[in-house]
Amino acid sequence: MTDFAIDTPRSQSRTLRIGLRWLLYVILGLFALYYLLPLFVMITTSLKSLEEIRTGDLMALPREVTFDAWRTAWSKACTGIQCNGVKPYFWNSVLIAVPAVLISTLLGAMNGYVVAHWKFKGANIFFALMLFGCFIPFQVVLLPMARVLGFMGIAGTIPGLIFVHVIYGLGFTTLFFRNYYVTIPAELSKAAKVDGAGFFRIFWSIFLPLSLPIIVVSVIWQFTQIWNDFLFGVSFSQSGTQPITVALNNIVNSTTGVKEYNVDMAAAIIAALPTLLVYVVAGKYFIRGLTAGSVKG
Amino acid sequence: MAPILDIKNLYKNYGSVEILKDINVSIEQGDFLVLVGPSGCGKSTLLNCIAGLEPISGGELHIAGRNMTDVSPKDRDIAMVFQSYALYPTMTVAKNITFGMKVRGVDAATQQEKLQKVARQLQIEPLLNRRPGQLSGGQRQRVAMGRALVRDPKLFLFDEPLSNLDAKLRVEMRTEIKELHQRLGASMVYVTHDQIEAMTLATKIVVMKGGVIQQIGTPAEIYNRPANLFVADFMGNPAMNLIPAKVKSDSEASRIEIARRDGAPIVLTDRQNRNLPEDVIIGVRPEDIAEPGHRNGSVTQEAECMVDIVEPAGADTYVVMQMGGKHVTARLHAETSAEPGKAQRLAFDLGKVSYFAPETGQRLN
Amino acid sequence: MSKWLEEHLPKVVLAPSFIAVLVFVYGFIIWTAWVSLTRSKLLPKYDIEGFIQYDRLFAAPRWDVAMNNLFIFGTLFIAISMVLGLMLAILLDQNIRTEGAIRTIYLYPMALSMIVTGTAWKWILNPGLGLEATVQGWGFETFTFNWLVDPDKAIYTIVLAAIWQSSGFVMALFLAGLRSVDTEIIRAAQVDGIPTWRVYTAIIIPSMAPIFLSAFIVLAHLAIKSFDLVIALTGGGPGFATDLPATYMYAMAFSRGDIGQAASSAMIMMGVVFTIVVPYLYSELRAKND
Repeated sequence: MTDFAIDTPRSQSRTLRIGLRWLLYVILGLFALYYLLPLFVMITTSLKSLEEIRTGDLMALPREVTFDAWRTAWSKACTGIQCNGVKPYFWNSVLIAVPAVLISTLLGAMNGYVVAHWKFKGANIFFALMLFGCFIPFQVVLLPMARVLGFMGIAGTIPGLIFVHVIYGLGFTTLFFRNYYVTIPAELSKAAKVDGAGFFRIFWSIFLPLSLPIIVVSVIWQFTQIWNDFLFGVSFSQSGTQPITVALNNIVNSTTGVKEYNVDMAAAIIAALPTLLVYVVAGKYFIRGLTAGSVKG
Repeated sequence: MAPILDIKNLYKNYGSVEILKDINVSIEQGDFLVLVGPSGCGKSTLLNCIAGLEPISGGELHIAGRNMTDVSPKDRDIAMVFQSYALYPTMTVAKNITFGMKVRGVDAATQQEKLQKVARQLQIEPLLNRRPGQLSGGQRQRVAMGRALVRDPKLFLFDEPLSNLDAKLRVEMRTEIKELHQRLGASMVYVTHDQIEAMTLATKIVVMKGGVIQQIGTPAEIYNRPANLFVADFMGNPAMNLIPAKVKSDSEASRIEIARRDGAPIVLTDRQNRNLPEDVIIGVRPEDIAEPGHRNGSVTQEAECMVDIVEPAGADTYVVMQMGGKHVTARLHAETSAEPGKAQRLAFDLGKVSYFAPETGQRLN
Repeated sequence: MSKWLEEHLPKVVLAPSFIAVLVFVYGFIIWTAWVSLTRSKLLPKYDIEGFIQYDRLFAAPRWDVAMNNLFIFGTLFIAISMVLGLMLAILLDQNIRTEGAIRTIYLYPMALSMIVTGTAWKWILNPGLGLEATVQGWGFETFTFNWLVDPDKAIYTIVLAAIWQSSGFVMALFLAGLRSVDTEIIRAAQVDGIPTWRVYTAIIIPSMAPIFLSAFIVLAHLAIKSFDLVIALTGGGPGFATDLPATYMYAMAFSRGDIGQAASSAMIMMGVVFTIVVPYLYSELRAKND
């Protein structure tokens, strides 16, 4: 806390100071409304009937709360020709995200450990290559990846999407763990070497027990990235293996039938729930991941 | 018996940068070797090379008669205490101490037995279930020592183990390490930048600078007969006075003239060191300049000196004068009558002076 | 053998990732670059024909629109997010009692998928039933707000939604920066009697230059990669009015079957990203190695 803001100059009158303080809170409150508005609209709309949406006000609370839209969104809404709701796609996303998060985090931890504590000629070049890899626009790998997935026989499958997410998540997870492990003094691994511990022993007994905070950061970051991914999902899936973001987009943009805004909103909230939950539960680590991904310390 | 540690023509490079140049050191069982020098002199790198934590670029390294040049640290039969103690933060003190044995597959009963013995020795029994984060600096230091002791190695390595402690604790631990060395009769290599630690602990000192050994010797040799200006200046506190002087040598004696800001030069006659060149730097320890009759040097010569500054330090009083364009410090007894701005008659102990060549810095006598 | 393994284990562990990055990042970039120089249509061809794809690209009005949009969107998105983020950070830095809660509210959109964001804003901006209807309901009968379907204005709806999503994150970055300024310097300024606003403008903000740079890099990167938001909010329409290079590339690759165009547009995107990111990463890595 930069604590100097409290003592505003004595010459300022008391009323002015209180007035400014009020103004400050009003401005902050208005912005809070701006950020909350879409969530509010999403929730209220999802709880209204289609009839009420057509006749009522966007901002109004539902006159009559109904969960029909949620039920439809979960198990009946149409994504193109199929009408099974978002349920199967939700589980697709889970099946993609969980293994991909675990694998990329584990590999990132090993990579970070090597780069930070087993320096050899070229380790820094490896790290630089990884880091640059984090920043490429994925459009540049879309075409060859589609072909390679075909060659590997995993095009349009969930393992294929797991593979893609692991590959392009590695840069970030390696970065997280490397930056965390460089803060662990080299003397610690030296002491363990003198004690007779080898490469894996040092990792399991010394480094991994210290890594909980960065594992949380890495898992949250990867989970958010993979769950929210749309580009890979839409490019490398086929009907039946699509992740929830793709399904949501299909529901919202399907041109057949009546537009059910309440169902759209319910589906959107369902798609957002897992990451929102992570954010609410572990916001501190979420922010740390965001900042670590952008400012390398 | 083969020397416990024998380093022959050791070189260490990082890329094209030479960190260590042609290091040759050898110590016997029971020796306490101290590597001392300013930061960046390569002393810690040398210790890491001995431990096997850094590969060496050239030369050989033997421990207890075995060629260990390419042997990994765990097989060198060494133990090491680090500057930051390097305790494993997630393990208890007991686990820290037994980790090495566990890795080696020592059975649990032996582990416990050795743990208890070491804990008793270092009086850390009450700490065994704590984690490093809950310990004070001094306690961590003890645990780090315990981790090394429990190995019962051929050679102990210490990397500036006291530099993170406060001044008082440092002196206590210094004494304790010395006591431990005497009791165990173990061989130790100890890195420090603190020349007092070097003097008090060592049986043998290696003074290093820029990756090159400047001098190897016992503390007394290093202190009394420094091999060059660097060693003379580095070892001893306050540092040795290094005063430029003119010499007129003949077959009888050397007449040494030290210029002064005011008044005639001081002239000293040294009958032991003849054949000195015309320009020398004369090195005199502060304690070798005293009030006449106060300390009995073998060959003293007296001169009248103008005192600039008087610094009482409790047991002694230091006076600072100007000679040969340099500040010269003399160590007088506490109740001296010396006063700033007044002349003081002082005796120079010529039996202990060193002469250095100004161009090369090498010792002449 | 065990000696060899012991020495090379770190490299062995790194090898799979290294090969993966080499092939799937750098190899793929080369592949795309190569194909961008061919006459590939539905299937890739490998005979290099020069820069014809780039000639076609620069001649295509749709690409022109996409690049124009990227410029408008990028500039507004980055500038407004930074200004808003900095302002909110400074306001929040005034010992606000409910700071934790407010921060949580400002930042949560960052946890959402762009598709969710797009869906929400698409509904809010719906000309018939959304904000327009609400404001008209308040009595402003003539109020119109149909940017979503107006080809000239639709791009600004994307700016609006993108700022909503990312400005909280910029705020968090700046807030962390404000808090990391050496408090002794601030105390010294206070002792010198420098007013609070001057402390900000003369001491704190200038010392946050690296954070401005980081925020800029992240936002620029987000802007260039923006794809999901456009798809969800406008679908690139009306017409091609809100096309961005990312949606152009996708359309060429997967709906038009024009791999050559897709590859060349992807290469341009990468060129833009790299001219921004490479100098930044280079200086960061160098600073660390010194």
